[in-house]
Amino acid sequence: MFFLRNSWLIPAIPGACFFLVLFFGKKMPGKGADIGIAGVLISFLLAVATAVKWISMSTPRHAVERHVTWFKMGGIDVHAGTHIDGLAVMMLFIVTLISLMVHVYSLGYMHGDRRFTYFYAALALFTASMLMLVVAPNTLQLLVGWELVGVCSFMLIGHWWEEEINSAAAIKAFITTRTGDVGLMLGIITLFFAAGRNFDIAHLNRLALTGGISHHLLLVSGLLLLLGVVGKSAQFPLHVWLPDAMAGPTPVSALIHAATMVVAGVYLVARVYGVFFAGFSIGPHAGGINWVAAIGGITVLIGAALAFVQDDVKRVLAYSTISQLGYMVMALGVGAWTAGVFHLFTHAFFKALLFLGSGSLIHAVHSNNMSDMGGLRKRMPTTFWTFIVGSLALAGIFPLAGFWSKDEILLGAQRGGYPAFFWVGLVGAFMTAAYMTRACYLVFWGEYRGEGHPHEAPATMAWPLRILAVGSIAAGWLSAFGFHGFPSWVSFEVEGVTREVVHEFAFSVPYAAASLAVAFIGIGVAAGYYFRDLGPHGLTRRSSAARAGYHFLEEKYFLDRLYINGIIRSIQYPVARAAYWINQNVIDGVVNGAGFVSRMAAGFVYNIVDQKIVDGVVNGAGFTAEESGGILRYIQTGRVQQYAAVLFGAAALFALILVLTTA
Amino acid sequence: MNFFDHWALTGAIFVPVVGAALLGLVPRRSEVALKAGALVASLASLALVIYLMAGFDYGHSSRLQFVVNDRWIDVIHSHYHIGLDGISLPLLALSALMTVLCIIYSWDHFPEPHNPKAFLILILVLGTGMNGTFGSLDLILFFVFFELVLLPMYFMIGVWGGPNRQYAAIKFFLFTLFGSALMILSFLALYFKGGQTFDMIALRHTVAAASLPTATASLIFAGLFIGFAIKVPMFPFHTWLPDAHTEAPTVGSVILAAILLKLGTYGFVRIAIPILPHAAHTWAPWIGLLAVIGIIYGALGCLAQRDMKRLIAFSSVAHMGFVMLGIATLTSFGINAAVFGMVAHGLITGMLFFIAGSVQERYGTRDMSRLGGLLLQAPRLGWILGFCAMASLGLPGLAGFWGEFPAILSAYDPAAGLSLVTFRVYMAVAAVGTVFAAGYLLWMLQRVAFGIPKTEFEHAHVHDLHVPEYLAWVPLLVLIVALGVYPHLLFHITDGAVKVVTSGLHTAAGGVAAGG
Repeated sequence: MFFLRNSWLIPAIPGACFFLVLFFGKKMPGKGADIGIAGVLISFLLAVATAVKWISMSTPRHAVERHVTWFKMGGIDVHAGTHIDGLAVMMLFIVTLISLMVHVYSLGYMHGDRRFTYFYAALALFTASMLMLVVAPNTLQLLVGWELVGVCSFMLIGHWWEEEINSAAAIKAFITTRTGDVGLMLGIITLFFAAGRNFDIAHLNRLALTGGISHHLLLVSGLLLLLGVVGKSAQFPLHVWLPDAMAGPTPVSALIHAATMVVAGVYLVARVYGVFFAGFSIGPHAGGINWVAAIGGITVLIGAALAFVQDDVKRVLAYSTISQLGYMVMALGVGAWTAGVFHLFTHAFFKALLFLGSGSLIHAVHSNNMSDMGGLRKRMPTTFWTFIVGSLALAGIFPLAGFWSKDEILLGAQRGGYPAFFWVGLVGAFMTAAYMTRACYLVFWGEYRGEGHPHEAPATMAWPLRILAVGSIAAGWLSAFGFHGFPSWVSFEVEGVTREVVHEFAFSVPYAAASLAVAFIGIGVAAGYYFRDLGPHGLTRRSSAARAGYHFLEEKYFLDRLYINGIIRSIQYPVARAAYWINQNVIDGVVNGAGFVSRMAAGFVYNIVDQKIVDGVVNGAGFTAEESGGILRYIQTGRVQQYAAVLFGAAALFALILVLTTA
Repeated sequence: MNFFDHWALTGAIFVPVVGAALLGLVPRRSEVALKAGALVASLASLALVIYLMAGFDYGHSSRLQFVVNDRWIDVIHSHYHIGLDGISLPLLALSALMTVLCIIYSWDHFPEPHNPKAFLILILVLGTGMNGTFGSLDLILFFVFFELVLLPMYFMIGVWGGPNRQYAAIKFFLFTLFGSALMILSFLALYFKGGQTFDMIALRHTVAAASLPTATASLIFAGLFIGFAIKVPMFPFHTWLPDAHTEAPTVGSVILAAILLKLGTYGFVRIAIPILPHAAHTWAPWIGLLAVIGIIYGALGCLAQRDMKRLIAFSSVAHMGFVMLGIATLTSFGINAAVFGMVAHGLITGMLFFIAGSVQERYGTRDMSRLGGLLLQAPRLGWILGFCAMASLGLPGLAGFWGEFPAILSAYDPAAGLSLVTFRVYMAVAAVGTVFAAGYLLWMLQRVAFGIPKTEFEHAHVHDLHVPEYLAWVPLLVLIVALGVYPHLLFHITDGAVKVVTSGLHTAAGGVAAGG
């Protein structure tokens, strides 16, 4: 029980490392990287020990919760602490593992960077924030971790802030996700009151599933939370920040896409699933559609479609992430909780692998663009083989990781009563396989189109690739070949709720065969197009419809233009300027007008008082003195009397009103 | 109560002004003696506040402690009545701390015209005025201190300010004065209609017993409201603020933002609401409306700025909107959030004004279109600016969040009898305001700190932090983190006292709506 009860150490250690690296990193031999790596390594070992303990617990396993009072206010007692169950254990493991890989990899990738130490500090804080979110027993702590993750991604996306494009990308990411956070915040507030002034997540799930909260409130708060998820997990229509976030160093992209930041949204849905389940009436045969599944399904397709028209290899992967996150959200939306969470798990391996692989490519050719690559399979064999493994896993090829989790999602959609999303998933699988084939072709086959002589990555970069490649192959086997490890370790259970929320469907050979076949067709079609030069090349030149479609994709459905030109620019310029104009001319006009009138009135009073009492020493000085003189002269010229005059003038007016109205 | 307990609060209030008087005797040329004297006086005041904090009974933070109630102006039954509870204690501490830090910051940074003697005397007089306002329990005493603050700030802006200082100083002075006039009138009305006393605590009962006609109570509240709202400042009484801040010297801006604005919100919590709960209940939806307008409007004002300091000034309008929203809900959550927000805003916006001053000192401009690359030329200053921008936009884990989030939370469920729909709309608007806050603060950060320096400053020699800057800022930065990570530090002081503020409302709500 030691490890389960003291899992607070897992986020606390990287948290402490942040401060250590920040204040002492530059003085260390490894410039802070040593502190960061040591810290995350310890956290990873603790996470492994926690996972072992959890798995070896006798069933039924009960969540281990520990907390301390965070603050008391207004009659509530808010806790901070750790809530450890299968989902948390899984996340602790995957976050620390990916973070460790990224830490090690960055030794090579970020070598000689202008802000190497600072980079490691930010990585440590990023990891700590995500871990704190993962263990959160209540929505408030979750919100804190959530926002800190956001700010860390801001720091890391904008790491090279000298160039405006990078800082703009960082700001875009932060503002877009924060737009979603409005929903999250309001959702948390709504649930807080609905649950009788309580932030506790287990309590919320219990109430939601036992009818303790009205369906109406659950739907409203579910929609609000979903807005937060859409922002954070880059779902349609707030996905626009993620491709731009590629401006950050590539190891950061790996971390953001695989283990921190974007999966936070998916994790939130999985964590407070009771609210989503009851609020959106998710469940077998519930009518075939709901908001969660719809958002996820749309995102699967629009993300995958955009991946076809990218030249930047990281952007291909970014859109792929959007699409894969869509799968996870869709899975949760159709009731396939375990499948969604499992896909989060397997995706972490192969997406981290692909990003780190692309980092290795970029490191070698000094360009993000696939048009500057080509023919690299001979020159960079480790990168090549691991990248291919990652691509096959992503495409869902048997028996790699992605195959098992994607298959479970498709099965869940079909058997759970959401057949439309089965087809969405199938089409998505086809597209995934095809765009990854395209990317692999452009990078590794053909002639080298770039400059210089690219070399294989150094060992600090190659080893994380190898380790993640093994994970990308084998991670799926935790729930494969009739072995039910993952579903039994990581399950959605709420104490006090007997009703079965999550249904498991047995592995089905026909479905698996169908999804595998579709993936192979995707590879085949793309391979035919690129390797064998088959199919309609140059279509965009011949057909205006195709050209328009391509342009539509290139412009990312015009969403960026809508947001930036339509919304942000209009607030920033016309609206803000109009408001400021009103401020300066209307409101201040009233003020200055009142000032002018009272100056006249006060001057009048002053002159009368002055002539009767002071015998004209200061005649003519009046308020116009302010134009010409120093402050001390004001007092000499009767400013104090004017003070009194204004004071009593206003007071008399108010007194008059008071007397008239209350007489 | 022992001798020291009896005199400590009085000492904390008056030591600065005594120090100011003694500085008056020091010749103008002996700058070091002047600076040391001012520092000692402010430190002595802070030490007394720390003594008070150490002796404060936090288990009974609702009870007034260190109370002194002596005869003062018999003819109007006004007493020298001072004391502290969980609401005034943190604000007093903030005020005493800020005075010290401003003197430290000024050490080598005296603004032009160079006159440390006068400048330091003004800071110390301000210190007494601010400390006294937070310590007063008598309306006349409160008024005296409230007004005492006005003159030094007027001179600070008018003498040491920027090019348009005359206009700004007069505007600040007259605007506040106008509010003060209405405020004193309401005080008088309370005295005559509410029980022949100026004692804030006694008035809570005597006014309730006097059962004023609704219209009268409402009108008295309106007088208080305008008086305090100008100080906060709430939309549409805010236009003095950007001008005052833009023109004021750095230290003036810091004190103005960190403490003076809180005198207004403090007035609501200490005087207006507990004494006139019924009227507060009537006015609450309107206060809430102005508060949320302020949140959005202030943010839009920020987005229209080129001057960094003016942007921060407008952000104060937005932030104080959150504080006022919390107050308008008339709930324990809301008022706790408001007090937290006051302290947090004092720390964070105070820091931002310090930074704006330091930027101006280094570059000679605050025009954001000319700035850029601060992080390259003065990395520490740049990172501190980034940190404070994050704190200001309400990042959890830093102090600003605990003023903002609970205020939004409280609007979901305002005091009984207030319209749920209205306040939930306010809640949503306020939440949208947090996105705006992120927008203008990051935009400022981008323009000032990111990028590379513009050609005109390309080869400028920019010094990173000076020693006085370190000394003045580190306490604020530490507090921003400490309060953000462990909000209990402040909530456990305010919570008990806030219950008393809202206790009058339960009877008020009972009269307005069934249940409570």
